[in-house]
Amino acid sequence: MTSLDIAENARRPFTGRRVRFGDIALQVVAGAAAAAVTVLVGLIIWKVIDQARPALSKYNVHFIFRVAWNPVLGRELYGAGSFLFGTAITSLLALALATPLALGVALFLTELSPRFLKAPVTALVETLAAVPSVVIGLWGIIVLGPALRNHIEGPIHSALGWIPLFGTPGAGASLFTAILVLTIMILPIVSSISRELILGVPHELKEGALALGTTSWEMIKGVVFPYARGGITAALILGLGRAVGEAIAVSQVVGGGVFIHANLFGTGDTLASKIAESYQGATTKLQTGSLVYLGLILLVFSLVANVSAQVIVRRVARKHGITRGGRA
Amino acid sequence: MSAQGLAGPGRHADHLARRRRVNRTMEILAWVAAAIAIAILVIVVYSVARKGASELNLNLITKDPIPFSLTNAPQGLANAFAGTLVIVGFAILMALPVGILVAIYLNEFAPAPIRNAVSMVLDILNGVPAIVIGIFVYGLLVLGHGQSALAGSFALACLMLPLVARATMEVLALVPNALREAGLGLGIARWRVTLSIVVPQTVGGIVTGTVLAVARVAGETAPLLFTSSLVGTQTDWSPFHALQSIPVAIYELSESPDPADHARAWAAALVLLIFILFASLGARWLATRSRAKMAAR
Repeated sequence: MTSLDIAENARRPFTGRRVRFGDIALQVVAGAAAAAVTVLVGLIIWKVIDQARPALSKYNVHFIFRVAWNPVLGRELYGAGSFLFGTAITSLLALALATPLALGVALFLTELSPRFLKAPVTALVETLAAVPSVVIGLWGIIVLGPALRNHIEGPIHSALGWIPLFGTPGAGASLFTAILVLTIMILPIVSSISRELILGVPHELKEGALALGTTSWEMIKGVVFPYARGGITAALILGLGRAVGEAIAVSQVVGGGVFIHANLFGTGDTLASKIAESYQGATTKLQTGSLVYLGLILLVFSLVANVSAQVIVRRVARKHGITRGGRA
Repeated sequence: MSAQGLAGPGRHADHLARRRRVNRTMEILAWVAAAIAIAILVIVVYSVARKGASELNLNLITKDPIPFSLTNAPQGLANAFAGTLVIVGFAILMALPVGILVAIYLNEFAPAPIRNAVSMVLDILNGVPAIVIGIFVYGLLVLGHGQSALAGSFALACLMLPLVARATMEVLALVPNALREAGLGLGIARWRVTLSIVVPQTVGGIVTGTVLAVARVAGETAPLLFTSSLVGTQTDWSPFHALQSIPVAIYELSESPDPADHARAWAAALVLLIFILFASLGARWLATRSRAKMAAR
């Protein structure tokens, strides 16, 4: 009998002895806390659906792709189309910018960095993750926005303005600014998870590849990436979830508006930023309901994203024979 | 590879040179990526520090703001600092005990299927966007009762809970089974073994996890917009009133056209940032220390 078996047996109530009140009490209280968490998540889903009801019952699923947001009384019409577009553009482009950067940082920290740089750079990158979104938004609106307008958006527009993508001169607050702000916010998340995954690649595999004469890049391409691929996918999904759900920083820099356009330097809104901007000013039940409907779309997306990331992590863990916690 | 090796020494050398070049390029790109990431942090922190330092004085935390002020009387954000202390304080009181209990249940009592399921629920809760939490608490507590600091605390507690529970579970898993066995072997009741032997081992880790969770939620704006944002300009400590908070104040001031408001937003951002940097670096230092202590055992 191993010590684990003994511990397992010790967990079972010992028959033939009096049942201890304290044991039951602790188990019940702690179990109730765990049950409460589960109830809490259910309550969140129910409360959001409940508040979205005016819009849900009036618009049904037509709401989702309709491009409209007209709060004028008597001509009220709402739809999520333009915000879905804004959310998709900003978060996907932010992910596209952040992914190579984040993987670069992770590879630097695991494979390249001189020993004395490793700890400080890791701490700095994790610190970037802790900067509150409202501070990044403040920086985005006052420092980044004007700088982009004067040095990037302006010149690109005057040189390439005939391309619709650059067809607006840019006012500082734009989809482009939002993309950069989101990139900054998801970079540390993706890089710190990827770093842990790359650290988890067994040394024998890496050394085996190097011993066969590969360069370090070939070793990374041939051994590290295939091994960590599932986990990195999960990290990217989590980063995307973060970008999609970010309300405050985006609402500070995105400019607002209900359109679908191909202008990178034009303004827009995302699902989350629209809620943050308009919730306090909402006057009718239908408008509030429509805003919560936007939140419901966000909630559903975050549920799908998280569950799929978890499923991937667990499948990878099983494949590699790890039983607990893919991302320690 | 062997086929290419047989093709002749000249081609082999070319091939190797190309592989080396690719390798060099990729290494340089990784260096550049790390440099960019650090540059971003330095630029953000530098702008906040430079713009905030000029306005950073005692008035910021001792004086209340004066709306539509026409004089140059000193203004501050004392109400926001007081409000954040109250809101975050109550959030800790709500999230900490529940988070620790959940972790104890999952790690010490729950059968594997329940443990997996509730872990998944914690991850889902962790992934719910902060703004959706705001909508939820608005519907649950604010609608019909009005905003209050306690509603804000509850929203922040929802965000802290999975972080605290996860951190506690990680340290509980590190407690060696021999300790539990030794306690049980002495005939000590299971609940006493858990509460007096196992949990005290993990205090360092729980503190670390809590500090990191506080650092994360102290800067949250979205949930407070719905729950504690319609506020006066007087310093108030009552948890039953809606209280101003630092992140909401920064958010509102950042949208103001008045440069003096921007200056105060920067100063408040600087204070918030300093607190968060110290908290997360301190927590990291604590974590390394307590892990070293665990390993030494």
